[in-house]
Amino acid sequence: MMLLPCPHCGPRNEDEFICWSEATPRRPADPSALSDEAWVDYVYNHDNIKGWSAEQWFHARGCGRWIVFERHTVTHEIRPAARGDD
Amino acid sequence: MTDISDRPKVSRASADGLRRYSIFSLLRNALAHEGNWQRKWRSPDPKPRYDAVIIGGGGHGLGAAYFLARDHGMNNIAVLEKGWLGGGNTARNTMTIRSNYVRPPSVPFHEESMELYRQLSRELNYNLMVSKRGMVVFLQSSAAARTATRMANTMHLYGANYEFLDLRGIKRYVPIFEYPKNPRMEVFGGVRQPDAMLARHDAVAWGFARMADAYGVDIIQNCEVTGILRDGDRVTGVQTTRGVIQAPKVGMAVAGHGSAVAAMAGVRLPIETQPLQAWVSEPLKPVLDPVLTFTGYGAYMMQSDKGELVIGGPTDPYPSYGQRGSFAIIEYVTSVVTEMFPILRCVKLMRHWAGMLDIVYDGSPIISNTPVKGFTVDVAGAGGFKTTPMAARMHAWLIAKGEPHKRIEPFGLERFAKGRLVVEGGVSFNR
Repeated sequence: MMLLPCPHCGPRNEDEFICWSEATPRRPADPSALSDEAWVDYVYNHDNIKGWSAEQWFHARGCGRWIVFERHTVTHEIRPAARGDD
Repeated sequence: MTDISDRPKVSRASADGLRRYSIFSLLRNALAHEGNWQRKWRSPDPKPRYDAVIIGGGGHGLGAAYFLARDHGMNNIAVLEKGWLGGGNTARNTMTIRSNYVRPPSVPFHEESMELYRQLSRELNYNLMVSKRGMVVFLQSSAAARTATRMANTMHLYGANYEFLDLRGIKRYVPIFEYPKNPRMEVFGGVRQPDAMLARHDAVAWGFARMADAYGVDIIQNCEVTGILRDGDRVTGVQTTRGVIQAPKVGMAVAGHGSAVAAMAGVRLPIETQPLQAWVSEPLKPVLDPVLTFTGYGAYMMQSDKGELVIGGPTDPYPSYGQRGSFAIIEYVTSVVTEMFPILRCVKLMRHWAGMLDIVYDGSPIISNTPVKGFTVDVAGAGGFKTTPMAARMHAWLIAKGEPHKRIEPFGLERFAKGRLVVEGGVSFNR
């Protein structure tokens, strides 16, 4: 069971959160200029990192904010979050 | 559906030196105090060069090696395993073999896998302990009933049986089921696949390994692949902890590590790795024959041959390679199972584990060429155990011929660019 350090609510049970996705992909600025391969890569492919990974979590049953955590996908350690709801 | 069963019989000549298992070998070895059993496979040192290398010594990898040798005459090949045979997710699944899927490409694929499972014990001369238990799916919403109807229609088109049950029908196959007083989600009825099976999961890896080894395949354990060598857009071999191995063809069959290994070749995959937990109770007398799944709860339960109740639920909904999961899932699933079956309330849980699923974006397997020529991938997705023989066989075909068999054309990587997703649900959570 993970305890996620919400910057707004303090340490909270993982049950309260929804893990959404890797935080690294950014929506392309000009999608219509993108090749099919680049678009497929953006939509479907994941880095699926084994190790430290930046992820977007939604504190659904808490403050309702989006938060970016850095989490180790093997040990489940979590680094203190930067506020992600900018 | 029988268009790939044009397969040759097992050639005993090419499996020379293999002492076959039988009742007589059992007696003979019992009299010799079990001291004379033949080693099941050799432990050779890696050669510097092979015709093909398969990464991953689980069911899928060893199966691919077996079918490459048997169907395509390729026996100068190696299977590289970083740990021991079948020590990864082959040993971390829940042994169920079924074909209740909803999309036209999926059903024949899984049906043929079931057919292979039915033959494999004899063919491999290795007891996979295949046990035709059947599966009963509890329908807990009208949406689930609609999906089941659609699934039944697709399955009937491909000759698979899927029959509807009312509550009395459920009771007939699951005598310990009493309609709960205040269920969180009511049970409308059920649907049953009578041909669903269980099999001994380790035995699948070991059986394939033994026969592949008899065909001359080198199975190299404790040999981790640390890099994939390329010459331009063509694969030339692998870097391992036991040196460089040259090979013009490299097949990847690593459940739960697909992204990491494919990344070594510069290939990105549409997968996310999540843990799927399961746990077993203390052994009980037989109380449950079929495999049960609860559509509303995303939970399942079966009783193993040893008498343990095997219970599991949905994946932990975040990426992880940790081979463990959260207590929240255990608590939730155990609570819904005891709600359905109050008779089990005092049963103690004994062991727990988590397997890693490489969950594909659309929930279907990927057996495909990649942008790197000669590098093929077999990503089992969320149902890797049940597809083992069929996926292995199709992967072997792909490695040998360079082109996919028509059965796996829908499961290529290019389906994502073309928008031809083969969307399947199941216990895994697709996003």
